[in-house]
Amino acid sequence: MADLRTNIGSLALKNPVMTASGTFGYGLEFADFVDLSSLGGIIVKGTTLEPRQGNPYPRMAETAQGMLNCVGLQNKGVDYFCEHIYPEVRRIDTAVLVNVSGNSPETYAECARRIAALDDIPAIELNISCPNVRQGGMAFGVTCEGAASVVKAVRAAYPKTLIVKLSPNVTSIADIARAVEAEGADAVSLINTLMGMAIDAERRRPILSIGTGGLSGPAVKPVALRMVWQVYDAVKIPIVGLGGIMNATDAVEFMLAGASAIEIGTANFIDPAVTTKVVSGIDDYLSRHGFSSVREIIGAAHNG
Amino acid sequence: MPIFAHAKAINHIFFGMKKYILDLIVRQSQQPRPGYVLLRLTDPSHPLPAMLPGQFVEVRVDGSPSTFLRRPISINLVDKSSNELWLLVHAIGAGTRALANLKEGDPLNVVLPLGNGFTLPAAADGEGAGASLRASAVGASAVSASPRRYLLVGGGVGTAPLLYLGQELVACGWQPVFLLGGRSAGDLLQLDDFRALGEVHVTTEDGTLGEQGFVTQHSLWLRADADGFARVCTCGPKPMMVAVARLAREKGIPCEASLENLMACGLGACLCCVEDTVDGHVCVCKEGPVFNIEKLKW
Repeated sequence: MADLRTNIGSLALKNPVMTASGTFGYGLEFADFVDLSSLGGIIVKGTTLEPRQGNPYPRMAETAQGMLNCVGLQNKGVDYFCEHIYPEVRRIDTAVLVNVSGNSPETYAECARRIAALDDIPAIELNISCPNVRQGGMAFGVTCEGAASVVKAVRAAYPKTLIVKLSPNVTSIADIARAVEAEGADAVSLINTLMGMAIDAERRRPILSIGTGGLSGPAVKPVALRMVWQVYDAVKIPIVGLGGIMNATDAVEFMLAGASAIEIGTANFIDPAVTTKVVSGIDDYLSRHGFSSVREIIGAAHNG
Repeated sequence: MPIFAHAKAINHIFFGMKKYILDLIVRQSQQPRPGYVLLRLTDPSHPLPAMLPGQFVEVRVDGSPSTFLRRPISINLVDKSSNELWLLVHAIGAGTRALANLKEGDPLNVVLPLGNGFTLPAAADGEGAGASLRASAVGASAVSASPRRYLLVGGGVGTAPLLYLGQELVACGWQPVFLLGGRSAGDLLQLDDFRALGEVHVTTEDGTLGEQGFVTQHSLWLRADADGFARVCTCGPKPMMVAVARLAREKGIPCEASLENLMACGLGACLCCVEDTVDGHVCVCKEGPVFNIEKLKW
């Protein structure tokens, strides 16, 4: 067995396979299917300072090789997480990260501050890229100034590993990555969903309640891979790659493009046990190609 | 690993029955009517896990390139003696058409059992989990001299889970009375199976079978003993269920409805299938699909 350990800044993971926020609940929902301790990490649902009801139903539309969602950050707020969810998820023997969102630099920072107080949450993923909320969310992630303002505020409030999740709905994701690196982000994760929509021809109306939503699944993988490739050349901080990863080969491709770790999202809906298969599949790949450590393949497609 | 064991223990407390991903085999595929397929599935090597009436499964659809997500399908019947799980599929899209094309011996990957299920009498009489449902059931049985009957009202393919519910009611010594509706006679399926379990009443909108009209217009509701049910359980098109819920409320009978909001994960993770309830947005796949109507904003 190859050495699967990897790092995101100072955060050590037992392997590169994490679960994407909003696709794996708090992990416990999948405990019948997955030995949660075999995962590199679990990134729990997007959490905000205040409870949020999210967008009205319908929130989902199936597409060719993917799906659209406009959930809109439904969650019970950071205090509920700290009191009720954290005592349960802290017992899981893997890195449990919280995805943090807000509607102003101040609310992001306050949410991050409250999570910083939780000993067993070693990192947060800052969501400046949710396409489904009116205020905040992606609005911050699509300009360098907006992204920098949130990261600056959170960096001042949050001393542990800070990963910033980037939006693909931009002209140059490399520029945004550089802007958040300059404000002290420890890592970037990419991509969040691509903004899209679906229309019901029979009813002559959009399918999703708010009209548009975020596209995920294999349909977005080539876009995500290209963006990881570009960001790898643009910044020195580590990259967490995600976007349509369905199997170990997809995961390896993201690492070859430059990701130090990867997240599996929508694939959890198709196969709730997919994460463990990706872990063992990466191991098989490394053995087959004579690598002793998964770290050897990070960015390896850039060589030569 | 003790930590994982603990996570599992928590899971069972917070998330109900243990869930499985199984590769079942199609033992028989029948077409009761054009456009409908009854898949009789089995696990050739193990007894099927425990499942409750009202719960559902998420089926992976292979061989349909345009179908990406699993399809949630209600449990039509579980037959322990033959180790069979029945799924009644209405072939209306590419995914369900692919399921309709399955042949005997084909594998079918399913995640099960999902959701909560209807409240069964044993639970309805007792104390403990799900107290809100219980409270109303106890109240109703006090006024109506403990009727040991449920009224099961289904429309179209929504009748499917009521067969399993009927079977389980009979198994615990209760009497299911079925009220099944469709647009036309051809929409009503498995009538012989229902009749084997209890009294069956039928309505069709075009009058080709049973009484003409909607289920809520059936003469059953006018009978003197129309309120003599411990519970009304309904599954079908939403307008029908809303009307059934209104009638049940008028008659003071506790009522549960099974919703079928569009779903992705089926596990309470993606929050796509939410219903706007008195408790806010809750996942139909996890908190439901069966809801006491008092929880719904109908």
